[in-house]
Amino acid sequence: MPKDHGIGAPMTRREDVRFLMGRGTYTDDVNVQGQAHAVFLRSQVAHGRIGKIDTRAAAKMPGVLAIFTGEDFKDVGGNPAGWFIGSRDGTPMREPKRPVLAHGKVRHVGDAYAAVVAETYAQARDAAEAIVADIRELPAVVDMAEAVRNPKNRVHDELPDNVCFDWGWIEDNRAKVDAAIRAAPHVTTLHLVNNRLIPNAMEPRASIGEYNPGTGDYRLTTTSQNPHLTRLLVAAFVLGIPEHKLTVVAPDVGGGFGSKIYHYGEEALVLAAARRLGRPVKWTAERSESFLADAHGRDHVTKIELACEKDGTFIAIRTETLANVGAYLSNFSTVTPTFLHGTLMAGNYRVPNVYVNVKTVFTNTAPVDAYRGAGRPEATFSIERVIDVAARELGIDPIEIRRRNFITPDMFPYTTPVGLQYDTGNYGATMDRLVEIADIAGFEQRRAESARKGLLRGLGVNCYIEACGIAPSNLVGALGARVGLYDAATVRVNATGNLSIMTGAHSHGQGHETAFAQVVAERLGIPESSIEIVHGDTSKIPFGMGSYGSRSLAVCGSAIVRATDKIIAKAKKIAAHMMEAAPEDVEFRDGKFSVVGTDKSVDWGAVCLKAYVPHNFPHESLEPGLEETAFYDPANFTYPAGAYACEVEVDPGTGKVTIASFAAADDFGNIVNPLIVEGQVHGGLAQGIGQALTEGAVYDSSGQLLTASYMDYAMPRADDLPFFRVDHSCRTPCTHNPLGVKGCGEAGAIGSPPAVVNAVIDALHRGGYTHVRHIDMPLSPVRVWSAMQR
Amino acid sequence: MPKVTMTVNGMAVSGEVEGRTLLSDFLRDDLGLTGTHVGCDTSQCGACVVHLDGAPVKACSVFALDAEGAKVTTIEGMANPDGSLGVIQKAFQDHHGLQCGFCTPGMVMSAAALLKENRKPTEAEIRAYLDGNICRCTGYHNIVKAVLAASGQDVSRIAAE
Ligand code: FES
Ligand code: FES
Repeated sequence: MPKDHGIGAPMTRREDVRFLMGRGTYTDDVNVQGQAHAVFLRSQVAHGRIGKIDTRAAAKMPGVLAIFTGEDFKDVGGNPAGWFIGSRDGTPMREPKRPVLAHGKVRHVGDAYAAVVAETYAQARDAAEAIVADIRELPAVVDMAEAVRNPKNRVHDELPDNVCFDWGWIEDNRAKVDAAIRAAPHVTTLHLVNNRLIPNAMEPRASIGEYNPGTGDYRLTTTSQNPHLTRLLVAAFVLGIPEHKLTVVAPDVGGGFGSKIYHYGEEALVLAAARRLGRPVKWTAERSESFLADAHGRDHVTKIELACEKDGTFIAIRTETLANVGAYLSNFSTVTPTFLHGTLMAGNYRVPNVYVNVKTVFTNTAPVDAYRGAGRPEATFSIERVIDVAARELGIDPIEIRRRNFITPDMFPYTTPVGLQYDTGNYGATMDRLVEIADIAGFEQRRAESARKGLLRGLGVNCYIEACGIAPSNLVGALGARVGLYDAATVRVNATGNLSIMTGAHSHGQGHETAFAQVVAERLGIPESSIEIVHGDTSKIPFGMGSYGSRSLAVCGSAIVRATDKIIAKAKKIAAHMMEAAPEDVEFRDGKFSVVGTDKSVDWGAVCLKAYVPHNFPHESLEPGLEETAFYDPANFTYPAGAYACEVEVDPGTGKVTIASFAAADDFGNIVNPLIVEGQVHGGLAQGIGQALTEGAVYDSSGQLLTASYMDYAMPRADDLPFFRVDHSCRTPCTHNPLGVKGCGEAGAIGSPPAVVNAVIDALHRGGYTHVRHIDMPLSPVRVWSAMQR
Repeated sequence: MPKVTMTVNGMAVSGEVEGRTLLSDFLRDDLGLTGTHVGCDTSQCGACVVHLDGAPVKACSVFALDAEGAKVTTIEGMANPDGSLGVIQKAFQDHHGLQCGFCTPGMVMSAAALLKENRKPTEAEIRAYLDGNICRCTGYHNIVKAVLAASGQDVSRIAAE
């Protein structure tokens, strides 16, 4: 019987009730008395010099309250990159200013250069159409290789070329890796495109700025995954508002996947406009704006070389990558293609020599930043594709070649040649689970059945490892992070024994309100229903870093555990006082405090009441109240890992690929709520399969985004996907956090793209199309069919 | 501005709207029924699905004035009379058919329309019917499972662990 509550129980989610009744509160659902509406003018060209912006006619239109252009913000700060990454020759990265509104030049289609604020949304929109901007189009820098080749045509005039930095990891490995590859008996080289994606959280971004002239206080309600980070960026870096005078609230948020980690100019604008007008200003993105101006993801072009012995033993990996950062540096854009990518390039394997080179390139496209998985999907795709090709060249079974090279359980903690120390794992065991749940043994029979229908069936298998729970401040600080990456929680126990947990995590679909309550309920032996989880409001929660990088439970959950343990320690003191015993003799179990070796006990409720009715406390040694805060800074990343298998059917007549089955065996360490964990994996798989088969952001050579609606950007729909088989019974608990959890939010998106591509290539080979070595994602029918033609 | 009158979740309502006001905006802004979500500007995401005289429509594709005299049901009208979750809503909760909740109102309204015309749909029929509703969070697995469960079918063997 599964548990029905506490850690490990598949509890249904409490937050579902409000969402299912239509009573969620998303930012656009909030309307503030007296609010005005903002509409942005966005560049229609990818690159252009801004001349005169004629706002006279617009300013006279009905309802118009204010018009802003880049000129209004030229003296405020820029939106900074959160990580400093140096080039391998020691030069610092180039960091052009990212203004609130474009000034001087527009640098991508959708780059906002003006904003209108009016009484109603319709009036703002009408007035925006009356603004005449003289924007002289310049040649667009779109293709990365061309951007590097031709430094004359520059996205940022003040930079010498279009390269942000040229990073080597680890530079000291380089000569050794080169020598190992030169001497290797077999080298497989592969050129890969990791396709550009658009995150497409279903809730478009929205922000409401408020300003109280009486107190000088600002308030920003916004679609954010991390309200404190947004507050820091917009207040301290951009607008120069004292942090304590700005409250940022991220209410219910309809998905993020990375795209709502970042601070965007629209947030600064609604605050500045609220201040100028003395009334609230609201903006809600249209989906078309989301396509053009949300941070995109991925967009790497990579050459990877894998050197091995004839028996498949890995000797070395070397990669060279061009990574697109788009027109401006978004907040995490410099860490995503570097430390979240290069440090994972040893995968789950013993590879003695690894060297990674990444050049980040400015282009006249939307900024590119972390999207679900963030760098780790790119690393996994490169490694797991090249292993598959190598296995085929060497005549070794793809599962077998991986097994031969796995880091084995006896080798942990294991230090990789790219700077990480994996604390624990059992890759052979996850592979065993996968072989079973995917019924690999039955593949041949299923292939024969597909063949009878005239379809080519293929099997693709791969592994993944990720570094999650970002992470230890000392480590990320040494690597270039400009922020710490701890997290915080406050546990406030009320006099009647129920409690509020204020967490730095933000839930935008992850079910924290349910899962965090399970953790505390287990710890305190009280029901979940007496625990409230508070998140998303900087005026209520301690300073935390929010949710991304699968960090919520591992980092924020650990902070909650620490704060809860402090509560227990304090409560024991109170109980000891009540029972006239020494605190060290008091034991706490199942919601009851007792004096060891006696029958004296007091229950949780009585202690909580006493904390707030301290009539006879010795006040020098025992304070009233029961409220504790803990900041938790982990010792290391966590390392979820797993093995995935995909079976596809390819229609040889059309090249259409159908996912016949997908199985995922993950090791997430301990699990708090399996129902939620499975849901996280399902969603990740859908995004990974979307990347592999249907999704891709396409700019034409003039920098126009061709995939700017759901008509052209193919989101996976219900009938593109099967039921998934997922398993997380292989558990090697994280060794350094109190819950032994690793994080599960990104695994599906990281592990699935190579499985799909490996499966399609396998299907083609089995069908006799042995000339097809690789097809770039998305594997659309036309690409697959074209590859099949000799 | 012209006046429009309709019945929403059993209540007679009216308001003054512009000719260009969409039904989705009328519901959200004039009536405060913010359960109907707007996820796109091209009628492609399905977050805004409501029932108009019993049939599912994308509320972002109907002018408020065109709903004159109609009976509209939104997600706010789907709970049982005692305020508890209706059968489909409950199935979504039981089977974790939602994460961020943004697509959910549209999903529930589409699922309700499907089950009205097809009381025991197959997995394939459900997937085909929900083609106009995009969910970015769930991978649809638990949504399809919830709809099967809501139609009284046994889902205990789906994707057995
Ligand atoms: S809002 Fe997307 S279909 Fe209506
Ligand atoms: S639950 Fe988030 S979009 Fe479906």
